[in-house]
Amino acid sequence: MKICGPKLSLCGLIISVWGIVQLVLMGLFFYINSVALIEDLPLEEEYHSLEDFYAAANRAYNQNAYNCWIAACIYVLTLLLSAQQFYMNSRVTAN
Amino acid sequence: MGSLFRSEEMALCQLFLQSEAAYACVSELGELGLVQFRDLNPDVNAFQRKFVNEVRRCDEMERKLRYLEKEIKKDGIPMLDTGESPEAPQPREMIDLEATFEKLENELREVNQNAEALKRNFLELTELKHILRKTQVFFDESVPTVYKSSGAYSSSKYRRYPQMADNQNEDEQAQLLGEEAQEGGVNQTTESMTRALITDEARTAGASMGPVQLGYMEKSNEREDYLPCFVAGVILRERLPAFERMLWRACRGNVFLRQAMIETPLEDPTNGDQVHKSVFIIFFQGDQLKTRVKKICEGFRATLYPCPEAPADRREMAMGVMTRIEDLNTVLGQTQDHRHRVLVAAAKNLKNWFVKVRKIKAIYHTLNLFNLDVTQKCLIAECWVPLLDIETIQLALRRGTERSGSSVPPILNRMQTFENPPTYNRTNKFTKAFQALIDAYGVASYREMNPAPYTIITFPFLFAVMFGDLGHGAIMALFGLWMIRKEKGLAAQKTDNEIWNIFFGGRYIIFLMGVFSMYTGLIYNDIFSKSLNIFGSHWHLSYNKSTVMENKFLQLSPNGDYEGAPYPFGMDPIWQVAGANKIIFHNAYKMKISIIFGVIHMIFGVVMSWHNHTYFRNRISLLYEFIPQLVFLLLLFFYMVLLMFIKWIKFAATNKKPYSEVCAPSILITFIDMVLFNKPKPPPKDCETYMFIGQHFIQVLFVLVAVGCIPVMLLAKPLLIMQARKQANVQPIAGATSDAEAGGVSNGGSHGGVGGHEEEEELSEIFIHQSIHTIEYVLGSVSHTASYLRLWALSLAHAQLAEVLWTMVLSIGLKQEGPVGGIVLTCVFAFWAILTVGILVLMEGLSAFLHTLRLHWVEFQSKFYKGQGYAFQPFSFDAIIENGAAAAEE
Repeated sequence: MKICGPKLSLCGLIISVWGIVQLVLMGLFFYINSVALIEDLPLEEEYHSLEDFYAAANRAYNQNAYNCWIAACIYVLTLLLSAQQFYMNSRVTAN
Repeated sequence: MGSLFRSEEMALCQLFLQSEAAYACVSELGELGLVQFRDLNPDVNAFQRKFVNEVRRCDEMERKLRYLEKEIKKDGIPMLDTGESPEAPQPREMIDLEATFEKLENELREVNQNAEALKRNFLELTELKHILRKTQVFFDESVPTVYKSSGAYSSSKYRRYPQMADNQNEDEQAQLLGEEAQEGGVNQTTESMTRALITDEARTAGASMGPVQLGYMEKSNEREDYLPCFVAGVILRERLPAFERMLWRACRGNVFLRQAMIETPLEDPTNGDQVHKSVFIIFFQGDQLKTRVKKICEGFRATLYPCPEAPADRREMAMGVMTRIEDLNTVLGQTQDHRHRVLVAAAKNLKNWFVKVRKIKAIYHTLNLFNLDVTQKCLIAECWVPLLDIETIQLALRRGTERSGSSVPPILNRMQTFENPPTYNRTNKFTKAFQALIDAYGVASYREMNPAPYTIITFPFLFAVMFGDLGHGAIMALFGLWMIRKEKGLAAQKTDNEIWNIFFGGRYIIFLMGVFSMYTGLIYNDIFSKSLNIFGSHWHLSYNKSTVMENKFLQLSPNGDYEGAPYPFGMDPIWQVAGANKIIFHNAYKMKISIIFGVIHMIFGVVMSWHNHTYFRNRISLLYEFIPQLVFLLLLFFYMVLLMFIKWIKFAATNKKPYSEVCAPSILITFIDMVLFNKPKPPPKDCETYMFIGQHFIQVLFVLVAVGCIPVMLLAKPLLIMQARKQANVQPIAGATSDAEAGGVSNGGSHGGVGGHEEEEELSEIFIHQSIHTIEYVLGSVSHTASYLRLWALSLAHAQLAEVLWTMVLSIGLKQEGPVGGIVLTCVFAFWAILTVGILVLMEGLSAFLHTLRLHWVEFQSKFYKGQGYAFQPFSFDAIIENGAAAAEE
C-alpha cells in the first residue's frame, strides 16, 4: 500500500530519526533534572514555600521526561511507517 | 613544485606534426587534457579553414544522433550509459559511422512516415466509424415518421433512444420531444431553426404526427421541391460553437445542424496529441446552400465523410470500416514493433556514438587552429603547456605517432614569449570547490600567490564563528558527510537541478563548515540554543536560603562565587541561566574575538603580499609598499588587539585596585583617544589612567610612525620610478653612439616581435594609481577592521534566532501538562525541526556563507591579490563531452 510519495517518506524518515534521537536525550535530561531546561517546564510564577516548588518542579521534570519519551515512541511509529513507504517507493522505482 | 600555493609554470611551445600523424597525436593530447592550443589563423573565417568539410560531416552525424536520441526519448527507452569513453576513432572509421547513422536515420524516418500515414488512415477510419454510429441516431429520429403507420414499432424505437444516445443526445432528445409537446421552455434556436426549415403546413402536420420531421423520407408529405441533402463530418470540439454560429448566420438559419461528441479522445497523427472531436451532420436543401456549407466546413477544417443514405448501406459500410480498422491495427502494431526494435538497438550504442563523434569533431576543430607548413607536409601548432607535464605530453605524442604508423616523430619546441601565460591551478575534488570560490572573484594573475590553500581553513572557520551551534553544525556536517560518502553514485546521476549541483559541488566545503560549526558551537556552549554542562559549572551559589527566597534577581560575584579557574572548554554553562546579562557578556566576548580574528586575518593577507613581491623581485614594492603597510596595520590595529590581551590578563575582580574590574579601561575609548591625541578622562578613584608604564609615550609614537607611513606608501614608489626612468634616459646619451644604434635596433626588433608588450606606464598614471591604492589601503584598514564585526553580529543573530525558535515553538510542546503532552510534542517537534532546517540551517547558513565569502574576497584578498589572469583551458575530451554540444560548437 502506498500513501506518500518518495520525498514525503524520506522527509518523514529523517524527521523521525532526528526526533527519536533528540527526544530520547531530552527525556533523559529532564529525568535527571537538568537546570538548562527549567524554563521549558510548566511551572507557576510563584510558590509559597521551597518544598512546594521542589515538589512541583520534580513532578514537572518527570512529566516532561515521560512526554518526551512518549513523543519518541510516536516517532518510532512514524519511522516504521515512513520506512515502509520508502521501501515501497524504492521498489516501485526499481521495477 | 606543482603546489597549490602558486599556479603552474607554463611554457609556450611550438609543435610540428606530420600531416598523417596529426590526427592521432591531437587525439592523444585530447585524452590527456593538458594542452591549450592557440588559434594561429585568427583572421581566417570558419569556412575557409582546412578541415571545414570534416567538421561539417561531424555536425551532420551529430544531428542524426540527436534525432535518434529524440526518438528514443519519445518512446521512453532507457539509454545505456556505461560512462566509459571510447577512444577517438580513426578518420577512416568516420565513413562507417556515417553510413550506420545514415541507414538508421533513413530507416527510422521511413518507419515514422509509414506510421504517420497509417495513423492518419486509422484516424480517418475511426472518425468515419463514429460518424456512422452517431448519425445512426440522427437518422433514427426521423425513421419513425416512415413507419408511423405501425405505431407500436415507432414507440418501441422511442424507448430505445436513451440507450443508444449519449448524454448530450438525450438532452437534444428532450428538446425535440419537448418541442413535439409544444412546451414553452425549449431552445429558441432549435425551434426557430425548425420553423425555418419546415413549412407551416408540414409543421402543423408534424405537430400532430409526433416528432419533428427531418430527413429525406418524407417526400409524400412535402412539396415537390423539398429535396433535403446532408453532409456529415468531424470537427474539433472547441471549434464547434463558432462553427454552429457561422453556419447559422451564413445560411440565414436554413440549415439544420446536429452534433454529438466523440467520447474517446483521438490521436492527432502529426504531433501525437490527444484531441477531442465531435461528429456533426448538417441538413440543408439546394445546391447553393450546399456549396456554402461545404465552404464553411472547409474553413473550419472539418473533415467531411461520405455517408450513405440508406440504413442498409450504412450498416454495410460500418462493417467494412470495422474490418479495415482491425487490419490497420495489426499493421500499426507491427510498425510500432519494428520501430521499437530499431530504437532499442540504437539506444545501446547511442552514448558511445555521441562520444566518438564529439571527439572527432573536437579533433578537427583543433586541427583547424593549426598552421600549414609551406610544403604541406606538416602542421604547426602553438600551445601553452605546463612545464611539469612536458614529459607526459611528449610521451603522448610518441604514442600518437606510433598509432598512425608514421616514422617522423613530432617536435615539441619551447618558445620565448613576453605574453602572460594562462593561470593553471592543479586541483583535486577536494580543493576544486575552494579554488572555484577564489576564481569567482577573479582568476589569479600568472604565478601570483593563490589564496585557495589558506581559504580551506579560514573559510569554514570564519563561517563557523558566525554559525556556531553544535546542533545546526551537526545537521550541516551530516548532510555534507552523506554527499561525500555517496559521492560516486550522486555524481553519476547528473541532474539539471542547479541548486542541487551547487550543494553537491561544495560538498567538502559544507562538510568542513559543519564540523567547524560544531567546534565553535561547543566553544559557545550552544546546542539548539541550550547549553551542555559537561564539566560542571565553575560558579557556585553562596547565598543562603532566605536570600534566594526573597529576591527575584541575584548577582553572582566573580569574587567569591567563582572557583577562580575557568570552565575547561568553552563558555561556562552558568551563562545559560543568566537571563539578565547573558547577551551583554556574550557581546563583549564575541566582539573582541571577531576583531582579533579580523586583524590577524588582515595581517596574514599583507604578509602574503610579501611573498608576491619577493617572488616577482619587486624590491620597490617590498620596501615602500609592504613594509609601511605592515607597520601601519601592526602599530594601530594589532596594538589594539594587544591592549585587549593586556586588559584580560591584568584586570580581574579578585585583584586589588588599581587592577580590579572597576579600573579596567574601555579599549575602544582608549584607541579613539590614542588616534585623536585626546587626553583620557580621569579614571575612577584609586585607578590608573594607563594600563602599563609608558603607554602614553608608546601610543603617541605609534600613531606618529603609522601616520608617517602614509606618505611613504603614497609617494616613495612613484618617485623612485621617476628617478629610475630619468637615469635610463640619460645613459644612452653618455654611451658610445654606435652601441646606442645597435641596441636601439635590437630593442626595436624584439619589441615589434611581441607587439609592444612592455610599453611603459605614463608617470601621471603611476601617481594616480598609487594614490588610489594608498587611500584604499588606509581607509580600508579602518573599515575592514570594522567589517569583521559582522562575525560578532551574525553570531549574535544566529544564537538569538535559535533561542527564539526554541522558546516560541518547542517550549509550547514541552509545557503541555498531562499525557496529551506527548502527542502535542510530537507535532510541535516536527514543526520545530522543519523551521530549524529551513530558517536556521539553510537561510542563516546562506547568509553566513555570503558574509564569509565577502570577508575573504574584500577584506583578505584586497591585501595581496590582483586576480587579473586568465584561466588555462586545456583541450580535453572530458571537458568537451561534459559540456556536450555547446562546447563543441565553439
